[in-house]
Amino acid sequence: MMNARRASPRLRRLAAVAGVLFALVHVVALAGVDPLPFRDRAEEQRFQNLTRQLRCLVCQNESLNDSSAPLAADLRRDVFEQMQAGRSDDEIKAWLTARYSEFVLYDPPLRGGTWMLWFGPLLALAAGGAAVFVVVRRRAERVAAVPVRNDADGEDDW
Amino acid sequence: MNARLIPFLGFLLLLALLGFGVWWSGTHDMRAVPSPLIGKPAPAFSLPLLGQPQATFGSRELAGKPYLLNVFASWCIACRDEHPILMREGKRLGVTLVGFNYKDEPADATRWLAQFGNPYDVVIADRPGDVAIDFGVTGAPETFLVDAQGIVRYKYISPITPEVIATELLPRIAALQKEAR
Repeated sequence: MMNARRASPRLRRLAAVAGVLFALVHVVALAGVDPLPFRDRAEEQRFQNLTRQLRCLVCQNESLNDSSAPLAADLRRDVFEQMQAGRSDDEIKAWLTARYSEFVLYDPPLRGGTWMLWFGPLLALAAGGAAVFVVVRRRAERVAAVPVRNDADGEDDW
Repeated sequence: MNARLIPFLGFLLLLALLGFGVWWSGTHDMRAVPSPLIGKPAPAFSLPLLGQPQATFGSRELAGKPYLLNVFASWCIACRDEHPILMREGKRLGVTLVGFNYKDEPADATRWLAQFGNPYDVVIADRPGDVAIDFGVTGAPETFLVDAQGIVRYKYISPITPEVIATELLPRIAALQKEAR
C-alpha cells in the first residue's frame, strides 16, 4: 500500500510520457496523409473512393490514396480542389489522363487496345475449361467402352 | 500428330509467352509513364525565374523558337548524373535549354547550380509543382522537346545520356530546324 502510493507520482509521469509518445506516433503516422478539410463524411468517402482508383505516378504499385510521395500529395490536393469546384469523378479522371495518360487509372477503359487486358484471363479460363471438358469426355467414353467389372472389394480401379 | 503432344505444345506456348515478357520488360522501361502530351500544345505557363522571384518567364517568351525543357532539382540524385552531360552537350544542341527547377528550395537550387555549373539558358522555378502537373511530370529528371509552335514533340524520363542526345534528341532537333526553313 505504502509502496503503491509512493510510486504513483512516478507512474503518473510515466503515463504522461507514454501519452505524449503515443500522440507523436500518431502525428508521424498521419504526416504521410495530409488532412484535407472535408465538408462531410459523404464527401470524404467520395474522395477516398476516387483516389483509390487512381495510380500514384511515383510509387506505381500504390494508389493515390495510399501514397506518401510528394507528387501524390499534390495530386490529392488537386483532386480535392476539383471536387470542391463541383467537378464530377469522370471530369477529374479526364483531367488526370490528359496529363498522365490512362496509366493513372487502375481500371483502364474498355477500348480496342484493352480488350485483351479485360477478357484475356476469361479467354484463358475458357480455353482451359474446354481442354478439361474434352479430356474428361474422352476418358469417360473410353471407360464406358470397357465393361463394368464387379469388384468384390468395391475399390476404385484406376 | 500425336494427341499427347498437345499439352506439351501448350506448355511451349506459355514458355514462349514468358520469354517474350522477360525480353520485353528488359528492353522497355516499364515504369515510364507515356506522355499524352506528345503532338499536343504544351501547357501555357508563367513561372518566376530562379533567383529573381519578381520576374516571370514562360510559354509566351518561349513562343516562336524550339526549346528543351529539363526538369531538375537539387534533391534529385539522378540529376547529378545527368548534369555533366548537359554541361558538355547543352550548348551544341541548338535549342534554348530551359531549366525547370521542380519543387525545390530556391536557395538549394541556386547553390546546386553554383557548385556544378549552370548549363541552362534560363532557369524557372516551380516550387508548388502545379505547372509540372500540367506537363505530366512524374519526377526528376525529365526532358521535353517543344517546337516553335509550342507543340510537345518528345519526352524523355530519367537522366539524359550521350546516346539519348545522339539517337533521340539531335535527329528531332535537326528535323525541327529543317521544318523552320
